[in-house]
Amino acid sequence: MDTLLSIRGLTKAYPGVVANDDVSFDIGKGEIHALLGENGAGKSTLVKMIFGLVKPDAGEMVLDGAAYAPGKPSDARRSGVAMVFQHFSLFEALDVAENVALGMENPPKPRDLARQIREVSETYGLPLDPTRTVGTLSAGERQRVEIIRCLLQNPRLLIMDEPTSVLTPQEVEILFQTLNKLRSEGTSILYISHKLEEIRTLCDEATILRLGKNVGTCTPREVTARQMAELMVGSSFSTPEARAGEKGEVLLRTDTLSLPAPGAFGTPLREVSLEVRAGEVLGIGGVAGNGQDELLMALSGERLAPAGTIFFKGQDVSRIGPIGRRDAGLLSGPEERLGHAAAPNMSLTENAVLTAARREGLVQGGFIDWGKSKSFAEKVIERFDVRTPGPGTAARALSGGNLQKFVVGREILQSPDVFIVNQPTWGVDAAAAAAIRQALLDLAAKGAAIIVISQDLDELMEISDRFAALNEGRLSPARAVAELDIEKIGLMMGGAHDMEVAHVDG
Amino acid sequence: MIRLEKRPQPSRLWTIVTPLLAVVLTMVVGGIMFALLGKPPLEAIRTIFWDPLFHPQFAGYSRPQLLVKAGPLILIAIGLSIGFKAGIWNIGAEGQYIMGAVTGAAVGLAFYPSDSVLLFPLMVVAGALGGWAWAMIPAVLKTRLGTNEILVSLMLVYVAENILASASSSWLRNPEGMGFPGSRNFKQWPAVFNDELVANTGMHWGVVAAFIAVIAAYVLMARHIQGFNIRLTGEAPRAARFSGVSPARIVILCLGISGALAGMAGLFEVTGPAGQITIDFNSGYGFTAIIVAFLGRLHPVGILLAGLLMALTYIGGELAQLMLGLPGASIQLFQGMLLFFLLATDVFTNYRIRFAKGELA
Repeated sequence: MDTLLSIRGLTKAYPGVVANDDVSFDIGKGEIHALLGENGAGKSTLVKMIFGLVKPDAGEMVLDGAAYAPGKPSDARRSGVAMVFQHFSLFEALDVAENVALGMENPPKPRDLARQIREVSETYGLPLDPTRTVGTLSAGERQRVEIIRCLLQNPRLLIMDEPTSVLTPQEVEILFQTLNKLRSEGTSILYISHKLEEIRTLCDEATILRLGKNVGTCTPREVTARQMAELMVGSSFSTPEARAGEKGEVLLRTDTLSLPAPGAFGTPLREVSLEVRAGEVLGIGGVAGNGQDELLMALSGERLAPAGTIFFKGQDVSRIGPIGRRDAGLLSGPEERLGHAAAPNMSLTENAVLTAARREGLVQGGFIDWGKSKSFAEKVIERFDVRTPGPGTAARALSGGNLQKFVVGREILQSPDVFIVNQPTWGVDAAAAAAIRQALLDLAAKGAAIIVISQDLDELMEISDRFAALNEGRLSPARAVAELDIEKIGLMMGGAHDMEVAHVDG
Repeated sequence: MIRLEKRPQPSRLWTIVTPLLAVVLTMVVGGIMFALLGKPPLEAIRTIFWDPLFHPQFAGYSRPQLLVKAGPLILIAIGLSIGFKAGIWNIGAEGQYIMGAVTGAAVGLAFYPSDSVLLFPLMVVAGALGGWAWAMIPAVLKTRLGTNEILVSLMLVYVAENILASASSSWLRNPEGMGFPGSRNFKQWPAVFNDELVANTGMHWGVVAAFIAVIAAYVLMARHIQGFNIRLTGEAPRAARFSGVSPARIVILCLGISGALAGMAGLFEVTGPAGQITIDFNSGYGFTAIIVAFLGRLHPVGILLAGLLMALTYIGGELAQLMLGLPGASIQLFQGMLLFFLLATDVFTNYRIRFAKGELA
């Protein structure tokens, strides 16, 4: 097969992290090429370089025999490279045709454009009415607008960044048919995902990134999801020793907890049963979007669960809200720092009141003691080494890592009996991440039960006693970390379907 | 090229400067508008902003009017600002104001001609409840069915206006009024007449209530956990839910407070300066209060000052119509400009201007 785009030694470093380190691979003509890797593996940086959004520090690209170094996205488009982003850039108040015209260099007349849109949408099986207002479209239909906008420019290479993360299964099916048709016409597709099964059904070749390096290329149909998972996760982590120490009584238990999806694109929880004991850390892994957020919201009380599904120290707390659960000693830290764990425009002192109002006695008879609140915020800042001018600073002025230290520290300093945290070290530098993990372990050592939800397997292996994985809202049975290896983890993360494959392969 | 750059946090300086800048810009552009209308601009500005307070001949009449007009504006705006802080947009204070007046007046008139001292307080409570109940309609519809409170509260203004019309022409009509529309005149009923507390100051119970509301709102928003929850809901709804705040309760609370205060303002007006329920009883205080709330930066003290300023443009505007023959619409335009410039200059609170070369993507 002829090569369309050849990537040779691309390197891009940001302060403190090498996002891409000497990455090389080829994309053939008429090939669907998967780019695979965990969060933070460097997939986004790589495609941004291909699309001209980021300039590489070193390395070169060759497109169809000619040197290719796009300085901006319009250069890339002119060379026949188009991209569908994970987050759409559409104007809700405008109709489909107007949105498409806005993304074009030289849009044709509205009537011609509407006709072209109809033609393309019929040819590629992407039903879409050019006169519909975008605000009324579903996420899948919005994605079609973006795809059609790209297709109208007859791209040679179409880049798709996690296209299925917002789609329903039926919409995924339609998308795959479209992509297959494009392939048969000779268009190359660079398909970014971390959903292994998807890649196995759709892609011809796969390049796997880990920590910015190309760690292997394979033909997805010929390998198992398990093998790809191994490449993705790497076998670099050492299985930790089982930590000594007696585990205490069960502090938190869920019993076949099921909860419908919160919105059109959330994940329902399906019969989640878990238990965590005093002094124990339960690690929950899984690919993003498999119910992590939903599980945290159900456990924190933000969404109430059906009676008789969540028990804290033996008491049924399913129908108790966040305030009551906090009072009892069940604390949590959501993944999204700005807007969920903290209010962006409010000061750190105010953000301390957000969850610590009652446990730290910051409110007396309904009135907030701002002096006390400020000292509590200062205590968090000092103990967790939050780099900020002071507690009066707005949360949004802090860097992601520093704010993470603050919101995790805020909960830990309230000495919870049970602490549930989602992505505790996401985007935090290595030293701070280590400090947060140590703080979690110290908390466990003092007799708290901890649930860490994370996509960083190394992290989970380092601090957990037991490990379970979420897959489409189902939680696998938890197993002691000491008896796990990379194969078993891959199976747990892939869910039951992967189990079957593995069984056949032996 | 000029670029706007987001500030890491809102500028405190600009928070205070923008309302003043908006007032100055309104004066400048308003002056130009008056000049185009063929009126002397400086004199017009002076007539609007200075003469109502200091004119040797008219000030004696117009000065008390300042508090009479500012009282309801402040009382309503305080209530609205609490909801606005939470991102709950009650646009229908005018309707709640009418319903407060009608309910309060109806309760009072039911006891006519009692001279009990308890009657006036009872009417105040009834007025507050009337406004509260009217605001509960959008509140309940929003929490139960997810309707938009902006539309519902606004539409209910027109419903309230029709109720007002029917009250003044039929079921609250003065039986001794020889068939003319309009209720009994409270000014001729000393037990419930909301008269000036100090002669020639314009200070009536409604103004007292407005001052109390300013202080209470300040304490609520700055010190009380419910005020904190209200601000939190407006700033970050998901964080509020995480904190344990129920969004529905905040909607009920905020619409309830603003409805009750608007209803109270209506009652104080009908028993005082207006004197009776008439078909054209409402004069747009409920809508102007929206401008007052924003001009005052949704801050109680700011609203106090903004209410006085807006009252000044009302009185000064009337004076300017009288003395310079300015069209009435130009005064409304003037008030609209004030809000317009405030919103425009508001950008500088959260953004700063950078004069940079157009290199950056």
